[in-house]
Amino acid sequence: MAPHQATGTAASLPPAQGLQGVVADFSSDQRAFKNVPWGKPMMWIFLVSDTFIFGSFLISYMTVRISTTVPWPNPSEVFSLTVFGNNVPLLLIAIMTFVLISSSGTMALAVNYGYRRDRRKTFFLLLATAALGATFVGMQAFEWTKLIMEGVRPWGNPWGAAQFGSAFFMITGFHGTHVTIGVIFLIIVAVKVWRGDLDRERAGFLTGRRGNYEIVEIMGLYWHFVDLVWVFIFAFFYLW
Amino acid sequence: MAHAETHHAHAEAQPGAHVQGQQHPLGVYFKIWGLLFVLSIASYLVDYFHVQGLLRWFLIIVFMLLKAGLIVAVFMHMMWERMALVYAIVIPPVLLLTLVGIGALDGKYTFTTRGTFFGNEAPAPGPVPPKH
Repeated sequence: MAPHQATGTAASLPPAQGLQGVVADFSSDQRAFKNVPWGKPMMWIFLVSDTFIFGSFLISYMTVRISTTVPWPNPSEVFSLTVFGNNVPLLLIAIMTFVLISSSGTMALAVNYGYRRDRRKTFFLLLATAALGATFVGMQAFEWTKLIMEGVRPWGNPWGAAQFGSAFFMITGFHGTHVTIGVIFLIIVAVKVWRGDLDRERAGFLTGRRGNYEIVEIMGLYWHFVDLVWVFIFAFFYLW
Repeated sequence: MAHAETHHAHAEAQPGAHVQGQQHPLGVYFKIWGLLFVLSIASYLVDYFHVQGLLRWFLIIVFMLLKAGLIVAVFMHMMWERMALVYAIVIPPVLLLTLVGIGALDGKYTFTTRGTFFGNEAPAPGPVPPKH
């Protein structure tokens, strides 16, 4: 009689990895996105749709820029600042980029400290992120004011192709709106962290769901996305 | 036995795949933060030193994609997620390339027709009334 080796069935098999894992997850007849709280795929799917919105804006900007017969204004000169008598190209935009990247850094740290249940550090890092975001919006308001004073309108500007203004106001305006909404939500999440809602699993005022540090990470996804969009705007609108 | 080993290896390879959420050493974030700063400075210098032509486009696109990749992979924790989520999120935006192609074709066509129809016109006499 061949020896029979007993196999334990109590523990589940390890999940498949790679492409096999993709097929296994989607065909599992269960939720497809495993090991993540449901809020994260929901935020991701929203961000994909937002990607298409910003993608459409940037692509229509490309189309009008290709099709215009009038020279495109040089963004390097349009967005230059005079500092101590020197004309520095794109200075404000560069500072805005660093401010936004720094806010992304503090946000990533906030998520990390959130999962460590370090309420104090999470709160202050979220607040720092919101402050940097507000700074960014403030600088954008300054930039808009400067350009409007110089005569840039959605239907024309003093330097060249009329489409420059419409593309600029539409793209940066939509991005600035995203940053503003992000700042508001950051403050809401920061207050929740400060009050200890997430430790005590206090029900949310809108959803009635239990508080959890996952919301800090989900907030982080949105905030990093805002930074991500700025990377593309910076490359295609300001540097191109 | 072999199963147990692979399971163990897998658990180490995917530290984020726990129910407790994404937990990584802080150093990772500081390194990426620094890298993003360096890449931003690099792309700013492309403009500052007036690099022109193909090299300019190449550098801008490379720095842009590197920055975007770092943000998505590390700050947004994509490199620690399961492939099902990664593919579901990262693949669909690639469709935008189709739209880029259509936009470029359409833009070039419009440019050509504008040249054909308005190219030989004499410059408009007198001041052009402001458009509103």
